[in-house]
Amino acid sequence: MKIHEYQATEIFKAAGLPVVSGGVASELGMALQIADKAGYPVVLKSQVLVGGRGKAGGIKVVHNKEELEKAFGALKQLKIKGYAVEKILVVRAIQIKKEFYIGVTVDSAKDDVVLIASSAGGVDIEETARINPEAIKKFYLQGGRDVDLERLTVFVRGVFEDPSLQQQAKDIFQKLIKVFFEKDCSLAEINPLVETRDGQIVAADAKINFDDNALFRHPDIESMKDSAYEDADEQEARQYGLSFVKLDGHVGCIVNGAGLAMATMDIIKLLGGEPANFLDVGGSSNPQKVLNALKIILRNKKVKAILINIFGGITRCDDIAKGILEAKKQLDMPVPLVVRLTGTNEKEAKEILAQSHIQTYATMREAVQRVVALAAK
Amino acid sequence: MSILLDENSRVIVQGITGRDGSFHTERMLEYGTTVVGGVTPGKGGQAVCGVPVFNTVAEAKDKAGANTAVIYVPAQFAKDAILEDIKAGIPLIICITEGLPVLDVVEVKKALKNTSLRLIGPNCPGVISPGKSKVGIMPGHIHKPGSIGVVSRSGTLTYEVVYNLTLSGMGQSTCVGLGGDPVIGTRFIDILDMFMRDDETTGIVIVGEIGGEDEQIAAEYIKKEATKPVVGFIAGRSAPAGKRMGHAGAIISSGDTTAEAKRTILTACGVTVVDFPDEIPSVLREKIK
Repeated sequence: MKIHEYQATEIFKAAGLPVVSGGVASELGMALQIADKAGYPVVLKSQVLVGGRGKAGGIKVVHNKEELEKAFGALKQLKIKGYAVEKILVVRAIQIKKEFYIGVTVDSAKDDVVLIASSAGGVDIEETARINPEAIKKFYLQGGRDVDLERLTVFVRGVFEDPSLQQQAKDIFQKLIKVFFEKDCSLAEINPLVETRDGQIVAADAKINFDDNALFRHPDIESMKDSAYEDADEQEARQYGLSFVKLDGHVGCIVNGAGLAMATMDIIKLLGGEPANFLDVGGSSNPQKVLNALKIILRNKKVKAILINIFGGITRCDDIAKGILEAKKQLDMPVPLVVRLTGTNEKEAKEILAQSHIQTYATMREAVQRVVALAAK
Repeated sequence: MSILLDENSRVIVQGITGRDGSFHTERMLEYGTTVVGGVTPGKGGQAVCGVPVFNTVAEAKDKAGANTAVIYVPAQFAKDAILEDIKAGIPLIICITEGLPVLDVVEVKKALKNTSLRLIGPNCPGVISPGKSKVGIMPGHIHKPGSIGVVSRSGTLTYEVVYNLTLSGMGQSTCVGLGGDPVIGTRFIDILDMFMRDDETTGIVIVGEIGGEDEQIAAEYIKKEATKPVVGFIAGRSAPAGKRMGHAGAIISSGDTTAEAKRTILTACGVTVVDFPDEIPSVLREKIK
């Protein structure tokens, strides 16, 4: 789960990290108040959950009230990668001497949490990592949550050459690691971490992603979610316990298990079709799930045929068959349905479907060939 | 021989009194797995599916001689369940539960370091050595004893692959579901190495998917160490480009994690990568010859 910069800034501030003074505004009056308190010049930063907002003109520096009024109005009109700017972060402009990078994440190949830091921070950090990997330093937590301070001291020296900055930096590194663990983040990042002209280190940006699996431990974080960034169908699907991603093609699919769902989409494509969605009904075996899945897929008018591909394990094929019959009863089904069921209770399922004259296919390849042909008609 | 599980596997079920735990205990018993007990704190002394329930793993190990644990407890309790197995010294721990926080698994991996214990999963279908023992949630009847080793990051896609093998008359020595999470107990290379050393296994199927770099690491291993033919399938060629995770994700991952990149490197390292799961048996048969 992602949150906005202003929300991440609040979390960093509460953790004692040095953030730039300011606040978030959704209307001009609030923005003016925040600017007055922080002191001009201020930076207006559009709060959107997509990258590249700077290049899209979503960040503006203003020197007085008049400039702020004009810029604020312009930003509120802006759409960045299709997303409206609802909120604007207003912060005091800082005098940048040097930009650093610092981020904490999980290095899954090493089964460990890693702090990454570089004295070459800023928007080109990934480019730096590619052409000059020596400029990127990594500090592994070695499985635990406790930071080995001696090791960290040595690490900090490798990133901050100026001894007068090292104590500040060490404190910041420790606090960012602490936030990462306490909030179950998958990413906690400050880019750039700025050395100001008066020798202070401050976070000029704030980014946090959370581990969705750990949200049960953090109800307060879940409430920070901005639902504007989730497709309405995808949101509805999640409430039904379905995992759904909308795509551009014309073959709808309902599959159990993410791997088989991806493989089904791959084969649709290899046999000349285009998948309209990814949909994993998950492990449980509730007829209602099939009904809900069909409801969502049928809303997409591009869909010309639907494939149901189930390999029963925990999922029982007869439950899926019951769901199909129920959907046929309740929903207006303007497109053909192709069904392939194998595994647990396959025989019972085929009997149920045969009563309603729904043909089933024994193999995935046959079923996909059939659905692709139907969708091309 | 098979790997990980055989006739001597004595299994305890953690979360046996739950809905999933009791359902799958029944399925495992039906298949012939030696389930020697269940563990649910506070419910010791009861019996589920005719199997005694213990309060702790240590007790189950002492009294029932368990050497394998399978976990069906809810995600928020799974870390403690695994740590209890580690403390009790259970050699093989199979965690079916999905949705574990990644930092919980990092903690578990640290506890496993410098032990000889092995964790499979989390978020996996389990392990089966057909005809000997089934520990997990896979449908037993699609499997058949034989000499093909299957290792996969997926659940139902593994069943699809196994089903095709069985239909064509190729049985399996052991099928291992590693789990789809970013941090997992056991990876492709560990299982590939076991299959290479297993006398009964004559050919191997590796089923991967987009994300991570385990397939690339497996490819390097195969290039250097493989003594048996390997056939591969990678899911996710049609998946839209993955969601980015800040800069740190891009800095950490040194390479391309797309399905095409994985297919390319596996092919370059001697694996025959097929387009359709139903091509696996014939390609494998050709290579084993």
